[in-house]
Amino acid sequence: MKIERLIEKLENEFEDLEKGLLNPNFNFREIEDWSSMHALVIIALIDSEYDVLLNGGDLKGAETVQDLFDMIQKKLS
Amino acid sequence: MGAKIYHISYFLPSKTVTNQDLSVDFPDQNPEQIFKKTGVSKRTHTTPDVIGSDMAFLAAEKLFKESGKKKGEVGFLIFVSEGNDYIAPATGVILQDRLGLPTNICAIDIPLGCSGFTHSLGFAKMVIESGQADNVLLLFGDTPSFGSHPKDFALRSLFSDAGAAVWVEKSKSNAVGEFIYGTDGAGVKSLYVERSGFRNPIDKQWLENQEDVGGMPIGRMRMDGIEIFTFSLNVVPQLVANILAKNNLKMEEIDLFVFHQASNIILKSIQRKLRIPEEKMAYYLENFGNTVSMSIPIALSESAREGRIGEGSKVLLAGFGIGYSWSGTVIYF
Repeated sequence: MKIERLIEKLENEFEDLEKGLLNPNFNFREIEDWSSMHALVIIALIDSEYDVLLNGGDLKGAETVQDLFDMIQKKLS
Repeated sequence: MGAKIYHISYFLPSKTVTNQDLSVDFPDQNPEQIFKKTGVSKRTHTTPDVIGSDMAFLAAEKLFKESGKKKGEVGFLIFVSEGNDYIAPATGVILQDRLGLPTNICAIDIPLGCSGFTHSLGFAKMVIESGQADNVLLLFGDTPSFGSHPKDFALRSLFSDAGAAVWVEKSKSNAVGEFIYGTDGAGVKSLYVERSGFRNPIDKQWLENQEDVGGMPIGRMRMDGIEIFTFSLNVVPQLVANILAKNNLKMEEIDLFVFHQASNIILKSIQRKLRIPEEKMAYYLENFGNTVSMSIPIALSESAREGRIGEGSKVLLAGFGIGYSWSGTVIYF
């Protein structure tokens, strides 16, 4: 499991996002016009791609793409 | 012997709230953004003088006119709503009299929202198959706009008021399949109407605090969108698997999946997770919004009108949400 794949999936999901903007240290709440809808898109993406269902509390505890990736790995282990 | 849905009618109030209208109240949102976020173009809102039971009444009168069924044939009435006329008596009782239905029937209320249609259809099947009545009239009427704070974008952009009437009758075939039900009361606070009953009733302070929006005397709807979303993604795929197993069917045998029209992103995410082809998914949010317990009957009615359901169709129904509460079945045409 690689973080590059998660970044690629996130970039595909947010079509307005400039390609190459995301990196492991990117704070995903800095996505332009961030709203709770973005949070839902992230939860749905991780659920369908990794079969890991994050809840609101999990998401509150994550800031960066790396945090999300670590959370997925932890839940899968 | 079994039960079948004979006819569905619905009623929408005349006041329409477009994305343009919403963008006036929420200047940081433009109409295109609102559509992109919600998948809804317009919602229907009622006025204080036309409440849930009025819309149910109007839908029922429409049903009698369209279907040719007679009022004297009704053997059991179930009214599904979370916005009743009074705490007591049951609003179904009021509707029995107002519609001029026989007095030798049972008339009850079921206070459910998103799972209200599938739950009540299950009860209609129980009533018919246990020989208690041959014809069950299911009535629906709800007014989520009454409990939505004018500044709550999530609620105002999603929910619609509506009424519906569904005639379920005894049939030689088993046209309404086996049911799955679920309940998890731990989800109460994810979607509920604060200060709407005997638990923490409204008081002077509450009315004063909300004075700028009319006091909200019947309470205020609160929704935790992320919790509702994760609940839906957690429960619905399993609900679908259980419905299929109980009815001895495979995914590919279903012609149409009619889920409660919760929100575009919830439906899209469920569709993606279950790998349901686009042509087998019912999406009727754009012109109706989330009409609570009426969303499945409206979607069924529209699917039939568009010719997506015909003789021999197998349609999977799943209602889920407030409570948490969920249920579903397969209906055969």
